[in-house]
Amino acid sequence: MTDILIKNLPILVVLCPLMMSLFLVLISNAFISWILTLLTTVLTFILSILLFQEVQTHTYISYALGNWAPPLGIEYVIDKVSIIPIIIISSISLLSTIFSYKLMPFDVGQSSISKVYSLWLLAIAGLIGLVTTGDAFNLFVFLEISSLASVALVAMGAKKDKQALVAAYNYLIIGAVGATLYVIGVGLLYSITGTLNMEDLSNKVKEIDNNRALIAGFGFMITGIMVKAAVFPLHIWLPRAYSYAPSAVSVLLAATATKASLYILARILFSIFNISDDLIIITLNYVILPLSILAMFAGTIMAIYEKDIKRLLAHSSIAQIGYITLAFSIGSNASIAAGFIHMFNHALIKGGLFMAITSIGYYLQKRITINTLSGLGRQMPITFFCFILCSLSLAGLPLTAGFISKLYLIKATISSEGIWIVFLILISSALSLIYLWKMIEVLWLHENTKKIIINENPSIYISLLIITFLNIYFGLDASLIVNNSESAANTLMGFSK
Amino acid sequence: MISIEYLILITVFPPLLVCAITPFLSDRTILRDLLGPIGGLVSSWGSIKLVQAVLDGEQPKLEFLQIAEGISIGFTVTPLGALFGLVASVLWIFAGIYSVGYMRGNKEKSQTRFSTFYALAVHAALCIAYAGDLLTLFIFYEILTFSTYPLVTHKQDELAQKAGRLYMSILFGSSVILLLPAIIWVWVITGSLEISQNGVLDGKINPKYAPFLLMMFVFGIGKAALMPIHKWLPAAMVAPTPVSALLHAVAVVKAGVFTMLLVLTNVFGIDFLSKTGASFWLIGLASFTLLTTSVIAIYKDDIKARLAYSTISQLSYITLGGALASSMATQGAALHIVTHAAGKITLFFVAGAIYVGAKLSKISELNGQGKSMPLIFIAFFIGSLSIIGVPPMGGSWSKFFLMLGAAESGYFFVIAVFCVSTILNVYYLLEIPARAFFFKKEKQITPKIPVLITIPTLMTCFLTILLFFFIEPFQNLASLMVGK
Repeated sequence: MTDILIKNLPILVVLCPLMMSLFLVLISNAFISWILTLLTTVLTFILSILLFQEVQTHTYISYALGNWAPPLGIEYVIDKVSIIPIIIISSISLLSTIFSYKLMPFDVGQSSISKVYSLWLLAIAGLIGLVTTGDAFNLFVFLEISSLASVALVAMGAKKDKQALVAAYNYLIIGAVGATLYVIGVGLLYSITGTLNMEDLSNKVKEIDNNRALIAGFGFMITGIMVKAAVFPLHIWLPRAYSYAPSAVSVLLAATATKASLYILARILFSIFNISDDLIIITLNYVILPLSILAMFAGTIMAIYEKDIKRLLAHSSIAQIGYITLAFSIGSNASIAAGFIHMFNHALIKGGLFMAITSIGYYLQKRITINTLSGLGRQMPITFFCFILCSLSLAGLPLTAGFISKLYLIKATISSEGIWIVFLILISSALSLIYLWKMIEVLWLHENTKKIIINENPSIYISLLIITFLNIYFGLDASLIVNNSESAANTLMGFSK
Repeated sequence: MISIEYLILITVFPPLLVCAITPFLSDRTILRDLLGPIGGLVSSWGSIKLVQAVLDGEQPKLEFLQIAEGISIGFTVTPLGALFGLVASVLWIFAGIYSVGYMRGNKEKSQTRFSTFYALAVHAALCIAYAGDLLTLFIFYEILTFSTYPLVTHKQDELAQKAGRLYMSILFGSSVILLLPAIIWVWVITGSLEISQNGVLDGKINPKYAPFLLMMFVFGIGKAALMPIHKWLPAAMVAPTPVSALLHAVAVVKAGVFTMLLVLTNVFGIDFLSKTGASFWLIGLASFTLLTTSVIAIYKDDIKARLAYSTISQLSYITLGGALASSMATQGAALHIVTHAAGKITLFFVAGAIYVGAKLSKISELNGQGKSMPLIFIAFFIGSLSIIGVPPMGGSWSKFFLMLGAAESGYFFVIAVFCVSTILNVYYLLEIPARAFFFKKEKQITPKIPVLITIPTLMTCFLTILLFFFIEPFQNLASLMVGK
């Protein structure tokens, strides 16, 4: 029994949310649909933990879909690399499902709840599928599943603010362009290699040198994924989508969506193609590195001047994605490990910050700008406390997870690229203090103009507390994340040799 | 007999305990106000035992957790740390008594919040003293900044808010932008954050880069108030006087120079510094700060502002002592932490006493007031003499060692700097008792100074004299620090 379970884990972890998503459409009761969603995410989380343990011993699990042997059939691959985004997605989706209990009805209305949860699970299934699949075309399918579900989820924000429709439309069009670019790239690669399986692709690609179709295909794939991962300047869909989506959706998307795409980016760069290849070196040094640095600064500066808090956090996400791609662009084992460390930590940080801010929005029953926060810190001590801790983590202060990210990023950068990038990282992270302090100052120090009584709701702050605790825990004991990210980086780099 | 590892906890935890209990005692004011001095006594007992242990050649060590490779949180008592811990905990007793007298005498509001954060600040200062590695040091350095912020903005008016913002942005900003990266830099090149007797950087860092790393440390340690990051200290004088006395003359600024000395001796190592000359620029900067702020102090009419600038100038003595990178000068710098603390806290106590008793805060208003509050002004006079460095006051020792050190390291212009600064000290400090005793009285005032203010003031004044005669244990600690 357990043997069968373990053998089928790679597909179960995708199918579990996918099937439930179809079933939920039939249910009309809001509470039951929430419970079912919660159970599904719990199950997905347990399955991903089992996978994690399995990967520790076997390092590589391959599942041939429908028993069609890999190069021809679709293969699902779980290794030390893909397990990281799987854990991120399944844990964050569990936490944000708990978080959504009160907020979802508030944002989208009682009547359409079950449909929203159906989309919610579909998006989660898409994201997990995206990172499990070992097939370049199947990846495109999941990319579309997750994007379309997310677009629909963002559009559900229209009940509160009609701007959500514009945001969703932008997201749809730009996302579709990105996916199209990717699939064109896959097509070009297929035309010269005759395979869609990633491992097979990587072997075939090695034998071809200096083929223009290969270069073009690579360019299309990378650009397409960079749109999805919101790498500057292809990020324009992101701030609107995050800020007008329903609260819980913002949390889910901010913490997981771009992470999955960043993982794909790393896969394409380092496992399908080869780090020693000129093409990759040029791409890393002259495309991704400069764009990452621009992202770090552009995102931070936009956040400094932003008044709307959700959008401010979205801008800061762009800067944080810049750190991750910067780590990838340096291209050493240590730096890729640093990228994965930050991928994980940033999911915790941004998830926590979005939870804190959207729950403040729920308590106040309105959209929050920097001015509406005035003096509210004392009114909601728990939320405020969590918000401060997550902010400190974002700023990378010691004892928080963010510090570990910063530490390893700087270490990796110093040892390979030299000092000037470190300076840029430090300057941009110092600038991020400006917008964080701006929010904390308003919350804590300003006088409360209107006397508002706020009762903090346990069903809302419980998941916020958990995620904040994780931020501190992984700041105190980083070995779990650091070790797994290092072995992920080694696997990724070994794959290409 | 308690094992020496636990002595660290006995020293460090009383203020934290006081901080935790105080909020629940807002109605029982007597109990609440007793907590501070009692905590001070317990902490002082612990810190004295620690000093004995260190003098016996032991190195109490306590490690809590390991975060990642080479990064951990823990306490180690170094000779310099034992010295600073002793100063902070002993002076907490007096400052604790004094602040009760001051806050009651001045009828300040939110006294409970005040006591809570006051104790937390002392806790942070003690943890800085015993920090076993640079990360622990940094964490408590930040806690000290955050816990003193509500104290600086205690009055909660426009001026206090503005000062608070300056205070926070300079101290927090400089530490996050420069100190933390400098610490990370050390971790990257040495693979650990441990501090060691003779420094950890020798042979690990290219001497070409050493001055830049030092620069990041020096400007990152905003609490040491070197120019141009000294502005927060005069601004912080809007705080109630007990805060200025314990925190901005003792705990906070001494935490700053303590960190500075620790970095110079235990991270860089004085041999490394004198070999490479990496701290040469710091000698210039500290001398400049020392003289400039002395001159500025002359022009300040507000007593606390004048004392603030005098503090900046005296802090530069300590930095300068470390930067000279000779064993004598470093010992002098360590001793100056002790003697200046005792002297300066007395002066601030007096400033507060005058404010509470006679509502005077300007030096020009003090003419002829000496006869109405003679004890207070005599205390000020003695404290001033100690800071100037006249025997038989404690301050003469540290100045003596600093001058010897300057001669030993061969920077003779530094001796001239010390001499000029001493003359300036005489000018701006002794003006106050001179006006009080020898000028004609302008205003008729009958001052009412609470006993709880007078007693600690006289006691710390007495302490400055005692230090002259009982400097030996401190001197032993200082020489242990440089490995003699």
